[in-house]
Amino acid sequence: MRDVYVVGIGITSFTRLEYPLSEIAAYPAMMALRDAGLAAVDHLYVANMGSGRVNHQTGLASAVADTLSLTPAGAEVIENGPASGASAIKAGFLAVASGAYDTVLVTGAERMREVNNLEATDFVATLTHPIAENIYGVTLPSLAAMFTRLYMERYGVTERHLAMVAVKNQNNALLNEFAHLHQRITVEGILDSPEAMTNNPYVSTPLRFFDCCPVSDGGACLILASREMAEGLGRPLVRIAGVGQATDTHCVHEREEPTDLLAVRRAASQAFEMAGLAPSDVDVAELHDAFTILEIVESEEVGFFPKGEGHLALERGETSLEGRLPINPSGGLKGRGHPVGATGVAQAHEIVLQLRGEAGERQVADARVGFTCNFGGFGNNVVCLAFVREN
Amino acid sequence: MAVDLEKILRPVDRPMPPFPPKHMTIASGEEMVIRQVGRDEIPDVLPFIAPLMYVERDFYDVVAARVYSELMAYYKHRVQDEYVLVAQIDGELCAVVNGRMVTEDVGMSLHTLALRRGLRIGAHAFAAKMEYHMDILGHKEVLVVAESPIGFRRWMIEYDLEKRFDIPHELGGVPSWALTRELFERARDTLVVGRRPVPDDLIEKARAGILPPSDPPTPPEDLLAATRSLYDPTGTALVLQRWRQEGKVGG
Repeated sequence: MRDVYVVGIGITSFTRLEYPLSEIAAYPAMMALRDAGLAAVDHLYVANMGSGRVNHQTGLASAVADTLSLTPAGAEVIENGPASGASAIKAGFLAVASGAYDTVLVTGAERMREVNNLEATDFVATLTHPIAENIYGVTLPSLAAMFTRLYMERYGVTERHLAMVAVKNQNNALLNEFAHLHQRITVEGILDSPEAMTNNPYVSTPLRFFDCCPVSDGGACLILASREMAEGLGRPLVRIAGVGQATDTHCVHEREEPTDLLAVRRAASQAFEMAGLAPSDVDVAELHDAFTILEIVESEEVGFFPKGEGHLALERGETSLEGRLPINPSGGLKGRGHPVGATGVAQAHEIVLQLRGEAGERQVADARVGFTCNFGGFGNNVVCLAFVREN
Repeated sequence: MAVDLEKILRPVDRPMPPFPPKHMTIASGEEMVIRQVGRDEIPDVLPFIAPLMYVERDFYDVVAARVYSELMAYYKHRVQDEYVLVAQIDGELCAVVNGRMVTEDVGMSLHTLALRRGLRIGAHAFAAKMEYHMDILGHKEVLVVAESPIGFRRWMIEYDLEKRFDIPHELGGVPSWALTRELFERARDTLVVGRRPVPDDLIEKARAGILPPSDPPTPPEDLLAATRSLYDPTGTALVLQRWRQEGKVGG
C-alpha cells in the first residue's frame, strides 16, 4: 500500500448553523482545498448520518460535489452512525493507498439542530437495535447511563471523575475558536455547590447534564494525498500511519462483559499495529467523549492506561493539556460539539492541527504522534486512526 | 382651569413587598446575586438591553425590544404594578426578569432575558421571579408565555405548566400558561434555588453599580464567517468578527 498524507484541513464553527447541510459540508472543504493548494481532487467521500431523516435531503455527496464545482469527480456518502467521519477517512485512505486515486476529499457534515433536542435524541437512538432496544425507549444517554453505573460499581469511578472530564474538556473548548461550548465550568459549580443539582441535573442517572455532549451542527474536512502529491504541495507531512476498525454486538446486553468495549480495543490495536506504534508513543489523542464516562473507558481500552485506571490517570492530571498525554485538547465532543457525521473528521482535523504545531493556545508541546477514536453505535462499530508527523 | 394630565396618565401602583435578594453558585463556580431594582436603576440597565434588539437569534430581538419598552414604561410610570429583578455576577449584569401583579391572586410574568448564556442563568432568574410571585406576593398562580423554543422548554416543560388558553396573555394576546401553587411547590426543591441572606460583600458589590455584560449575545456580522475565511488573509473571519466586536479593528 502507498503512504497516505493529510495535505489540507478545514472546519466550520460547531454550533447551530443557519445555512444548508450541503454548504456545511462544502465550506470546510473549500478551506481544506485552499490549505492544500489544490483546485480539484480525484474523488469525494462525504460523511453524514442523518440527512435523509433530519434534513429531508439524500444524495448529499452529489450536492456537495456540485456545490464545490468538483464535478465530474466521483462522490459518495459514507454512513456509519457517529463513526461516519472516521469511516470516510478510512475509505479515503484505502482509495489513495491502493493507488486508485491520488487525491481524495473527505468531508463530514451534520445539521442536527434543524430539529429540536428531543427529535435529535430520537434520531441518534435509531442506531440501537430496533426490536431488542429501541422499541423499549432506549436512547444513547440511557445506554451510557447503565454502562456508567456498572463501571462505577466495578472500577470505583465516581461522579466526581465524570465531572472532572466535563470540566477539563469544556475548558479546553474555551481555547478552540470553532467549539460549540464557550462557557467555563467548575467542579464546584456542577457538583459541590448547594445549587449543583439544579445547575447540573440528572439526565439519566448517574449521568448529568454536563456529562453529555451538546447537539451540534458542523462540518470538517481533510484532503488526503499520496506521498508524491504531498511532497509537491509543500505542506507539513502528516501521515495516516494506522487505521483500525472493529465491530461488536449490536445489542449491548449481548456482550459477555458489558463494561468491556472490545471494538475499541480491537480497532486501536489494529491501528497501532499498522502504524508500528505503541500506545505509549502517542503524544496527543482525541477520544469520543459523547458521554464523559467514554473518555475514561476509551483511554483504557486503546491502551493508554490499564483497565480500570483511566480515572486515576485523570485524577493525576495526565490527560490535561499540560499532562503527559493530553486527551481532547479541542474540547472533545463534550466541548467542541458532536455533529455526528462530522465528528470523526473533526477529531482528525484537531490531530493534524496539533501535529503541524498550529493549534495556538491549546498546542500540545512537541506533538509528533496523534491518535483518534471514533465510536459508532454504543461501541458496536469503532474506527481508530494513528497519525505521524514526518518532517 | 389647569389640568395636571400626568395625574391622569400615571397609574397608581399598589404596595408590593420587596423581593429579598438571594445568591447562588452557578455552573462556572461564580456567585450570582439576584435582587430587585427600582426605577432609579433602570437607566443603568437599559443600555445593555438595547443592543440585543439587533440579535435575531433565539428571538432576542423581540424579547429585548419588549423588555426595553417595559422597563422604560416602568421608569416613566406608564405601567402598573411592575417589578424588575436583575441577576449579577461581580456586578456584571447577567439577566433581567420582570413581571406584574394583576390581582392579589394572579401574577403576570413578562420577560426573562439572559445576557450570559449556557449556565442556566436565565432559568435561575425565572425561578426567582416565580418565587417572588408565590412566596412574597402570595399569588395563587402566575400567567406565563414563551416567545422562543428555549423559553418553552424551560418554562412549559420543566415546570409542567397548565394551559390557561382562555386567558390572553399581555404579551401579544397569545394563549396563557399558568404556574399554579401546586406546580410551584413541586418544582421548589429542584428548580428554585439560592441562599439568603446574601453576604455583605456580594450584595454591596451588586448594589455598587450595574456593570456591562462580559459576553452578551451579539449579532453575527457574517453568518458564513467560517467560510469567508477563505478570503481573509489574516486568519479566519470568525476571529476578525470577534476583533470587530471587541473594537480591536475598525469596520
